[in-house]
Amino acid sequence: MMLIDYLSAVLLIAGAVFFLAGTVGLLRFSDVYMRLHALTKADNVGLGLMTAGLVMQAESWAVAGKLLLIWLLVLLAGAGVAHLIASGALKRGIRVWKR
Amino acid sequence: MEALTLLGWMFDGLLGLGLLWVAWRALTSPDLFRAIVLFIAFGLLMALAWVRLEAPDVALAEAAIGAGLTGALLLAAFAKLSSITASGDEKQADSARIYSHQLYWIAAVALLVAAGLGYVILSLPPYAAGLSVEVAANLQTSGVSHPVTAVLLNFRGYDTLLEMVVLLVALLGVWSLGGPAIGRGSAPGPVLDMMARVLVPLLIMVAAYLLWVGAHAPGGAFQAGAVLGAAGVLLLLADWRPRAGLMGWPLRLMLVAGPAAFVVMAALLYMVEGRLLAFPPAQAGMLILMLETAATVSIGVTLAALFLGGRPQSDKEHT
Repeated sequence: MMLIDYLSAVLLIAGAVFFLAGTVGLLRFSDVYMRLHALTKADNVGLGLMTAGLVMQAESWAVAGKLLLIWLLVLLAGAGVAHLIASGALKRGIRVWKR
Repeated sequence: MEALTLLGWMFDGLLGLGLLWVAWRALTSPDLFRAIVLFIAFGLLMALAWVRLEAPDVALAEAAIGAGLTGALLLAAFAKLSSITASGDEKQADSARIYSHQLYWIAAVALLVAAGLGYVILSLPPYAAGLSVEVAANLQTSGVSHPVTAVLLNFRGYDTLLEMVVLLVALLGVWSLGGPAIGRGSAPGPVLDMMARVLVPLLIMVAAYLLWVGAHAPGGAFQAGAVLGAAGVLLLLADWRPRAGLMGWPLRLMLVAGPAAFVVMAALLYMVEGRLLAFPPAQAGMLILMLETAATVSIGVTLAALFLGGRPQSDKEHT
């Protein structure tokens, strides 16, 4: 294994940790807004780290560009949909959880 | 290597069990909204399963149509249903209830079908090439270099022709039953508006790419049409409506362009070549691209129109 392989393995595992944290948050947090907060971490940072890990293994610049484009699209969709769900929940009168 | 194959087996096993579990939950959920969300999750897992079976064409179609657009259609139908039957919930539930004696019959038939399918699968030879050898042998004459596209558009083009007609008939059914479409009349908000503005041009570009790449790699008219339909759904969600003048014959022309192109091509080729949709090998590539372009536009517009629900009102009806 070369140095670059170790680097991409570290990035992929770090991404997986973010996904795990996001999933635990989605299952355990107490209201819709907090769950969205957990979910977007997994989408944005987790997928970003995984994309970085995969780009290092890409065979060509075209593949690397496509991977990066996928990440940017998920960023856009994730942020937009999280906002829409949250504003929809607010409109329906779902209160923010307080201890 | 051993550890990797074991990991692959574990992943496939989890995927298969997960599919069964999500399907069961979707079928038994009393809450319709929850069932729809589970159905969308089922579609995504199914697409993953197709990827594991090394069928990327089917995976693309499943993710785009099975999970994406069907999910959007079901959610739109759910929104309409809950606005119609807000008061008549009890009646609805009663007519949809399955009585226990019916349940025995359903279980017996399902068991019989399962036993038959199991018998067929067990009696299959463990390995068979199927028709893939013949497809590979005739690939040069088909005009494309991707075997799936060759089968769908050339060797069995009439299947695709009939699928186009099925889509059109489905839309006609919705238009006949649904009544006129009504706008939601609420402002979409800046975020949705911005998303639509950024994504729609990109989606159109992706659709064109999928259409073009279908000649030699996974892609093609149905995947491209589904992406185009998704662009239409996004525009409709952002409360964009085409001008009323476009809703008359221009819309209908786009809807029938695909099936009409297929029928005209079939008739012409029947006169020239003596067989329905028998492409001359020299021009096959170009003819298939023309057919797929018309089909992509029709599929995209049909799916978006299905999402809109009712028949859009044109100028003349706007009195």
